[in-house]
Amino acid sequence: MQRYLLTLFLTYLLNFTSWAQGDFPPVPNPPKLVNDFSNTLNTNELNRLEQKLIAYNDSTSSEVSIILIKSVGPYDISDYAFQLGDKWGIGRKDKDNGILILAAMDDRKVFIATGYGMEGVVPDILAKRIVEQLIVPNFRMEQYYVGLDKATDMIFKLASGEYKADKVASGANDGGAIIFFLFLFLLIFIIASKNKKDNNNHMGGRGGNIDLFTTIMLANMLKGGNKGKFGDFSSGRGSFGGGFGGGGSFGGFGGGSFGGGGAGGSW
Amino acid sequence: MKKALIPIVVIAILGLFLYTKAVGVYNMFVQNEETVNGTWAEVETQYQRRADLIPNLVNTVKGYADFEQETLTGVIEARAKATGITLQADDLSPEKIAQFQQAQDQLSGALSRLLVSVERYPDLKANQNFLELQAQLEGTENRIAVARRNFNQNVQTYNTTLRTFPNNMFAGWYGFERKGFFEASEGAQNAPTVQF
Repeated sequence: MQRYLLTLFLTYLLNFTSWAQGDFPPVPNPPKLVNDFSNTLNTNELNRLEQKLIAYNDSTSSEVSIILIKSVGPYDISDYAFQLGDKWGIGRKDKDNGILILAAMDDRKVFIATGYGMEGVVPDILAKRIVEQLIVPNFRMEQYYVGLDKATDMIFKLASGEYKADKVASGANDGGAIIFFLFLFLLIFIIASKNKKDNNNHMGGRGGNIDLFTTIMLANMLKGGNKGKFGDFSSGRGSFGGGFGGGGSFGGFGGGSFGGGGAGGSW
Repeated sequence: MKKALIPIVVIAILGLFLYTKAVGVYNMFVQNEETVNGTWAEVETQYQRRADLIPNLVNTVKGYADFEQETLTGVIEARAKATGITLQADDLSPEKIAQFQQAQDQLSGALSRLLVSVERYPDLKANQNFLELQAQLEGTENRIAVARRNFNQNVQTYNTTLRTFPNNMFAGWYGFERKGFFEASEGAQNAPTVQF
């Protein structure tokens, strides 16, 4: 009897969760910016779009994502886009700079949803124009890739300069860092030698000049502090996959949210 | 001497436990209520934004002399009714919310009738001013939908904590009451399924 009840309870629980979650696809693993659940685009087109969006994400931290599904069923396409964008967390959490281009292929509907942080650069009226002038005409001719390609180009153009990627540690940076520290070292050295007459070393001690050892120690401390920061970055949320050239990958969605900005249309 | 102390200590511990519990529950209620109030403010803001757009829309449409007066007055009246009902955040009872929703839904209905009848006026449909207003109106409706959903979710959390044991006993003492939420519009239940 108890066992029976337990199974009943468990099936109920399972049913419940599938009901609540089942309308939205889970984030694919590994996460991708271009997700085609409707098998509309071929692999080549998917890769080209993916690389383009990854490169944009790397340079601006804005997450522009394309999702193609078959049908949104009972939902308004706008409502579905906002909920999906929230569930996947498209855009960085602190900036809400995500944009979701959602197309329901069987419904012949498309919607560009803008995150809170993108409503300023891509206002509804411009999102509408992108849909009506770039996406819809191409989709009518079944030029799905061209439509999406042009739409993302236009979004990049509108959003250019709004967000910048945070500094990323990379191999190329090391040369610059060394020069910077050399410069710093020199500066401290010059200040130290200028202050020779001043008997106070400004460090709470009395008498004596700042010797070379202190200077090196100070410089090292500064360097150390900065190193920690770089380390934090690479071990952080992993939003930056570091995609250069052909084989980049997307690090994951940042948890941004949507407030109802954007516009859509049908073809 | 020591024997007399034991009950006192037990009572003191029990009292302390009850006190911390009561304080914790109260603070939880307050936090949840504030979240609800915050999302309510968003709902009101978006509805207000819609109400503010309507005079512009009406004026643009009015310019077309032969536009049906009936539809226009319908919108104007529904707007007056909807803006007449304002709800304070501390009075979100189920009845009040239902009243508010009814007035706003009436306005939605009148507006959609207006937008449908515009289909018969090609000049108007091509008017840049009108197109922009229409896009703004659509955006506002989308934001209303999102704000309503967030509000509903927070009210659900609030109501659930309020009604579960033992919180429901504390809720009675403190005078916290259930809050209303927006009902799904009719016809939203029997619909096709989602396909990824």
